[in-house]
Amino acid sequence: MHELGLIQAAMEEIARAAQANNICRIVKVKLVVGKMNGALPDALQFAFKVLTPETIFEGADLEIEEVDIRLRCPACGRETVVGEITCWCPACGTRAEIVAGRELYIEYFEGDEEEGLNNEGCDGPEAAARQPAGGA
Amino acid sequence: MKVVMAQKLLRANQQVARENRTRLGRVLTVNLVSSPGAGKTAILERTIAALKGAFRIGVIEGDIYTTRDAERIAVHGVDVVQINTTGLCHLDASMLARALEEIDTEALDILFIENVGNLVCPAEFDLGEDYKVAVLSVAEGADKPAKYPLVFQEARVVLINKADLLPYSDFDVEAVRQEILAINPETEVFVVSAKTGEGLEAWYAWLKSAAQKKNASSATG
Repeated sequence: MHELGLIQAAMEEIARAAQANNICRIVKVKLVVGKMNGALPDALQFAFKVLTPETIFEGADLEIEEVDIRLRCPACGRETVVGEITCWCPACGTRAEIVAGRELYIEYFEGDEEEGLNNEGCDGPEAAARQPAGGA
Repeated sequence: MKVVMAQKLLRANQQVARENRTRLGRVLTVNLVSSPGAGKTAILERTIAALKGAFRIGVIEGDIYTTRDAERIAVHGVDVVQINTTGLCHLDASMLARALEEIDTEALDILFIENVGNLVCPAEFDLGEDYKVAVLSVAEGADKPAKYPLVFQEARVVLINKADLLPYSDFDVEAVRQEILAINPETEVFVVSAKTGEGLEAWYAWLKSAAQKKNASSATG
């Protein structure tokens, strides 16, 4: 349900970084999403498909790496992957620390630098539409 | 060209949430989250009536389209600001920042934010509150903490509401309490009824203590 908002936030952050790197077209985005966030990969893909047309992300590939929820027990030292959020070691019942599963970040993106365009021209779909004819 | 970011997705939201927190200073700020119909507004109405003699209270009402909840709160004579998310299923920090423009935070001791009724998305978004308080009603069934754990993990207090319905349901309060504590051992669970008032004294006592502590803190601390 909040997948649209998450993808929108990712696109804003990446667009900013793309502009700083003089990139006018994104070809790939990689997100890392812990299972504790309850963001479903299918819904993230759908949101990406809906939000990207007519932007610098048009046609880009979205890769999502899911991260399991993992506990580390201070008593028995065991690390366990759990299917649901809990704070108790499944092996010995001690209060355990959640060490993975809450990740929610942009790992990297890939894009094409625009030759012959300066930084100010590299600011989104309008810029893409203004490409010099010789570039096509 | 590959650009490695390794950057939190909600960084922008977290930045605004930090600014909100600074702006709110000594005001105890409580973000109420629950499913639709769990009783957030009813609990707020009771709470305002009980505490408004001792504390200056403000309310920010999040709703997708309507102003019905804000109208219910306004009759209690406290400052209310309505945020309509026009479709969005949760409040985010920048919506709160805009609402704070409309409210004199210097003149408040406690600010309640009633989030959009939704047990999933509001858990993800820090608004700049001190505490999230989750409301779970008996009528929703005992399986909600297991099905929507993130909100219960984020909550400092869980109010199990509609306790007046317990005689008519198979909701096992102790089992649910244990389930919530398994997800979040630090949370406090109060069993209440906004209809009869049962159990609310313990919630008021928690709020008073939290408000006194926050109000006495230095603005920079």
